[in-house]
Amino acid sequence: MMTFWRIVNTGLINFVRNLSLAIAAIAIMVVTLTIVLFSVVINYTFSHTINQITSKIDISVYLNDNVSASQSKQLVGELKHLSNVASVTYLSKAQVLKQYEQQNASNQQLIQAVNETSNPLPATIIIKPVNLNNLSQIKNFLDKPQVSALESAPTSYSGQEKQAIDSITHATNVLQRIGVIAVIVFAVVSVLIIFNTIQMAIFNRRDEIQIMRLLGAGTGYIRGPFVVESITYGVLAAIISVAVINGAFQASSSTLQASSLGLLDIGYANNFFNSHFWLLLTIELGLGIVIGAVSSSIATRRYLKFKIR
Amino acid sequence: MILLDRVSKTYTKGGKPSLDRISLHVDPNEFVIVVGASGAGKTTLMRLLTREERQTSGKIIIGGIDFDKLKDREIPLLRRKIGVVFQDFKLLPNKTIFENVSFALEMVGMGNREIKNTVPKVLDIVNLTGKENSMPIELSGGERQRVAIARAIVRQPKILIADEPTGNLDPKHAWDVIKILEKVNRFGTTVLLTTHNQEIVNRLKRRVVTIKDGKIVSDRANSGYKI
Repeated sequence: MMTFWRIVNTGLINFVRNLSLAIAAIAIMVVTLTIVLFSVVINYTFSHTINQITSKIDISVYLNDNVSASQSKQLVGELKHLSNVASVTYLSKAQVLKQYEQQNASNQQLIQAVNETSNPLPATIIIKPVNLNNLSQIKNFLDKPQVSALESAPTSYSGQEKQAIDSITHATNVLQRIGVIAVIVFAVVSVLIIFNTIQMAIFNRRDEIQIMRLLGAGTGYIRGPFVVESITYGVLAAIISVAVINGAFQASSSTLQASSLGLLDIGYANNFFNSHFWLLLTIELGLGIVIGAVSSSIATRRYLKFKIR
Repeated sequence: MILLDRVSKTYTKGGKPSLDRISLHVDPNEFVIVVGASGAGKTTLMRLLTREERQTSGKIIIGGIDFDKLKDREIPLLRRKIGVVFQDFKLLPNKTIFENVSFALEMVGMGNREIKNTVPKVLDIVNLTGKENSMPIELSGGERQRVAIARAIVRQPKILIADEPTGNLDPKHAWDVIKILEKVNRFGTTVLLTTHNQEIVNRLKRRVVTIKDGKIVSDRANSGYKI
């Protein structure tokens, strides 16, 4: 226990005494950790935007006026049992009319036209699919003769924009994949850069390691303080990088009024960052500590070896 | 205490040996001076004794440790038994004078209170009281060499190896260092000193082993300097 505290103490003293080296190493770690953290937040924001787009996509089934309440109820029940159906909403003729009036509140002529006859709008079942890319199960069900007999008009795949939906889902899939790959690439590159930085820092002090070896110091006693020092780099770099991102979001959300920049919803990104603050900080700290500990252990190993000719 | 039996060291295969079948026996509490011109093999001998290098052939036994049976992970244990003073001091640049000396005690697990008692006493022996908080870079060559000696003797080793400890010092400081070595020897430590300083050898009147071209050419008690 005494040895443990001695190692920690020596590590912290070395950190202070090698401050210029420490600052350089921390600066590099801050930059790389910030890029990783930023790419994680942006990736989540894109995913959120994509989910918002895709959640607006639904399938509308228009029912004949002569379909009875029990028939429609049964149809809704059967649809709910399909595995690719996320939710089913039944709108009666009256509800559809009300929605239509709300959507076109500014266009009195349209509302007037609808009200002139007795409500021409059909009762509608709105289906939200689980997986947009595989609608064949729902389509097969709706195409069954006993089901299509109940329909007043062909099924609408979100306003017959199936092709548009297809291209959007394709694009979003690609975007999500690129986002994940970008995060992984940034993370790997950061690990390599940080590893290299710590290796350089220890290379600078290899003579110290060799002197300690000559004096008969054990491996753990030599390596320990270097590991503590590198972990300190990691902890400080993680805290600074989270603070940098925090500051950046504070500044951008106040100047941009939490607006969206194309697909990038700054407001959401800010919310995501704030609501996951402690988790993200913990991950950053974990990353900093692990990279610091592992890279310094590996970097010291080379100079700790007994090279007896 | 130190036993070398027909020890040879060759750096390149088939090349000229730096040490050629050297046999040497040093008793406990002896003070032995190894002399020889540069390149004679003095430093090679010292490096073999601290296991910085491995002998090509022959047998080395120090303080009961047979080098043939010594595993790499046991080398720290050997080095803790021997105090070594290096010609180039080898102080830890980022540690204060106090820490440089206490490091030797910390790594063997001595308690803080004992360290606080011991280090000032040893610094007093080498006349460095008051320099505890200085960094090595702030000291003169002679002072640094005395720190190195303090570090080597603080654990009260049975054997002290000093490789040209006066090599970089002016005559006055060189003699200070030698007096410290004599003092340590009086306290019961076996001292092995290499030097090519004729005056020191002549004044000390101790056993002198002369090495030339990797071979021991003379080994005389109470001797003077002859090459």
